Amino acid sequence: MFADLLGRLHLSDFQHDMIATGGQLSIVFGILGIVGLLFYLKRWKWLWREWLTSQDPKKIGVMYIIVAFVMLIRGLGDTMLLRTQQATSVGNSHGILTSDHFQQIFSAHGTLMIFFVAMGLMFGLINLILPLQIGARDVAFPFLNSVSFWLFAAGMGLVNLSLIVGEFSAAGWLAYPPLSGIALSPGVGVDYWIWSLQIAGVGSLLSGVNFLVTILKMRAPGMTLMKMPIFVWSVLGSMTLIVFAFPFLTGALALLGLDRTIGTHFFTSDLGGNPMMYVNLIWAWGHPEVYVLVLPAFGIYSEVVATFARKRLFGYTSMVYALASITVLAFLVWLHHFFTMGAGANVNTFFGIMTAVIAIPTGVKVFNWLFTMYRGQIHFKTPMMWFLAFVVTFTIGGAAGVLMSIPAADFQLHNTLFLVAHFHTMIVGGVLFGYFAGFSYWFPKIFGFRLNERLGRYALYSWLVGFVLAFVPLYILGIMGATRRLDHYDASLGWQWLFIIAAIGALTILLGVGFQVAQLVVSIITRYDNRDLTGDPWDGRTLEWSISSPAPVYNFAVIPTVTDRDAFWESKQSEAVKLPPVYTDIVLPKNTGMGVIIAGFAFLFGFAIIWHIWWLMVIALFGIIGSMIVRASDDDTEEVITADEVARIEIAAAQRSVL
Amino acid sequence: MKKNYKILGIIVVSMGVVLVAGFLLRHNTFAVLQPRGVIAEKQRTLIITATLLMLLVVVPVLAMTAGIAYKYRATNKKARYTPNWDHNLTAETIWWTIPFVLVAVLGVITWNSSHELDPFKPIASTTKPITIQVVAMQWKWLFIYPDQNIATVNYVQFPKNTPVNFQITSDAAMNSFWIPQLGGQIYAMAGMTTQLHLMANDVGKFRGASANLSGAGFAGMKFIAESSNSSDFKEWVNGVKRSPERLTMANYAQLARASSNVAPKTYAWEDSALYDNLIMKYMGTDNSAMHMAGMTE
Repeated sequence: MFADLLGRLHLSDFQHDMIATGGQLSIVFGILGIVGLLFYLKRWKWLWREWLTSQDPKKIGVMYIIVAFVMLIRGLGDTMLLRTQQATSVGNSHGILTSDHFQQIFSAHGTLMIFFVAMGLMFGLINLILPLQIGARDVAFPFLNSVSFWLFAAGMGLVNLSLIVGEFSAAGWLAYPPLSGIALSPGVGVDYWIWSLQIAGVGSLLSGVNFLVTILKMRAPGMTLMKMPIFVWSVLGSMTLIVFAFPFLTGALALLGLDRTIGTHFFTSDLGGNPMMYVNLIWAWGHPEVYVLVLPAFGIYSEVVATFARKRLFGYTSMVYALASITVLAFLVWLHHFFTMGAGANVNTFFGIMTAVIAIPTGVKVFNWLFTMYRGQIHFKTPMMWFLAFVVTFTIGGAAGVLMSIPAADFQLHNTLFLVAHFHTMIVGGVLFGYFAGFSYWFPKIFGFRLNERLGRYALYSWLVGFVLAFVPLYILGIMGATRRLDHYDASLGWQWLFIIAAIGALTILLGVGFQVAQLVVSIITRYDNRDLTGDPWDGRTLEWSISSPAPVYNFAVIPTVTDRDAFWESKQSEAVKLPPVYTDIVLPKNTGMGVIIAGFAFLFGFAIIWHIWWLMVIALFGIIGSMIVRASDDDTEEVITADEVARIEIAAAQRSVL
Repeated sequence: MKKNYKILGIIVVSMGVVLVAGFLLRHNTFAVLQPRGVIAEKQRTLIITATLLMLLVVVPVLAMTAGIAYKYRATNKKARYTPNWDHNLTAETIWWTIPFVLVAVLGVITWNSSHELDPFKPIASTTKPITIQVVAMQWKWLFIYPDQNIATVNYVQFPKNTPVNFQITSDAAMNSFWIPQLGGQIYAMAGMTTQLHLMANDVGKFRGASANLSGAGFAGMKFIAESSNSSDFKEWVNGVKRSPERLTMANYAQLARASSNVAPKTYAWEDSALYDNLIMKYMGTDNSAMHMAGMTE
């Protein structure tokens, strides 16, 4: 009787082989360590009041980035296992992992890196900077923002819980049926995948709506659309994509979940279902998702190039139209992920050409960046170095992408390591490098001190060298006919030494992450030497640099009026006498723990469905609805910072900058 | 001066790396670039043409990046500095046009090659084609010869210079049927038939594999494709026909059990409807669904 109450959860689900147990223990001890440290330092109340319940986008942004960075380290841990397996599992040797475990790890690697690292860094940076760039004090819906973050954290929690209890999906990061169906994947792995993404995906969709409205409704007076900083434009494109694309993900996951849980036949091969419909739906989300991630990175590069070349961004209007056309084209290319499904030549040709067409606006962006540097004065600080590394990797990876946009060529390259190398070039060299550039560029604005330059450069060199060592061999292996996701291959193929070099590359990237951690630690220790007292450490151009660092809780004591594209740069050039500011009371949202509570129930809801614990599912569902009603009935959600208090904070910051 | 030595050093080191890599790779088979069949040959030409075309843009862009970044470094006080120069219609028109022209050329190539190398399109030849039905199973490949009344597992033989018409389906997860040296891959999907037309130029043994993840035994889902002289092929077929192993529905059920790294097997058989039955299995009671789900033509 008692056992029935736990659905299909049994004690044996906690038992794993040695390597998985290592992962399990590292998570358990990691959490215990953090909890112990919080008790030891008596920081629980501080954590709850200052961070977990915060509605301040800057704090939410920092939390996103912390989660993303921890997940980056876990995702790289997965990489090391995958690389070790492929470097050793040859001929008579079968490496360190079973096939099933190997497949779980690459599925987890892809899921984590896209949903919880790239998306996390993206939302983190947007939260930190977007309101500042448009001269706003907050996002349009601050509470929704907190709910989004906590749903993201809940999804992340579920993925990692699968290491401790049960298993993760072994069906790849997009879980194609029929393999992901209940017949071929009867365990809880695919359910973990579905529900962690479903919960995090709802959070992303809500964030998309939130930032879209923020950009459209909360800009400072005078900031017309064509005067917005280019990063804001890129986020506008990205959020538009989220709003239109994520419903596809939600729908596809929901139908797959129904197939698995209550036995419907949307994507089974019998009773009228069609697994290929899932492949279409998931890529109708999946391709726009690539641009969701890369557009804000493009925006960051544009800001970085203009700032560090001390020159206005070249071809702003071109840049805007390029971003807009990429946004639209992103929805017209999804079929290029499965030319090999056997659609006719006409269909394949259409999607092939549409894919190549995306190279036009992207190429224009590259030229505009180059001409922003042209006749500038380039300062090679870390963010600028990430940008240069990006141009090299992205141009090569883009060419590989255009090559695969030709269907007849794709038939020979699809599902090979060439493909794997291509999309890693785009996601690492395009997306990740951009977010790293943005992180080191905007770090002083949030924390009030700069990151260590030397260690930043070491990190960049390690990432870049590691990247070449890890992925050039994969391009070569793909041409040799090596398919992806192999946990074993014949010795006679002569592939092994290339896999060993790729493993060395992965280690070098790990070294780069080590430098990034060291950079953070050293910068914190030496923070009094690197303080940003002016609020404008890079001679910046946009509004975020016009206020003190770290940015005060209300962002702008007086909402600025914008007359030019590079609003702050122009105000620095102008001779006009600045009037002493008149401060007024500022209304900000009160902290609330409701975001944590709702996401907590969502986490339980996901867990209950995964393990078929129906009573818990009902309780969690009522918990979510109930919490929303409680929150909606709460009228006391705002607090006031008086004009005197504002004046006190501003004067203190001004005195700091004089000292 | 010091900078120049650095650049020279980088060039020497990278040339060294390329030479060492070339030496180490000298025995490897670059399957995609070393084709042994007509389709794979055309695909290789296509891949090389497209790559060279793109290098026309990629190389100048990389050179410009290095050149501009070096010349306009902040420490170079001799370089011109125009902080407000942010627009030039001619320049921007040029770089909307360059990628546009490149993509237009690639578009024509895409249109032509997609139609010429459509996997469903039969290969024109004076020799009579041979039909082979392919079933992806958990985790092995079953090849059925409908005209020869034989079947094989993880091994397929066909005569050289003869178009081979593969009809492909799956009896489980989705797989991708691929013989890199003969031509590109196509998915094998339950309840549907896809087609692939290939032709080997010469006798030889080629590696074949599944390119799409299909479960735990996926890595062991590989086969040998052998092209032979037509007389050798006939002899081989007759030998298989005389073999005592028979493929029946009962035998098939046993074969369908999940297994990986299966050694090649050969069967003779009489039941000509096996392949169609396998497709119909996924159609439930509604036979009309077959026409909707089938992706032929």
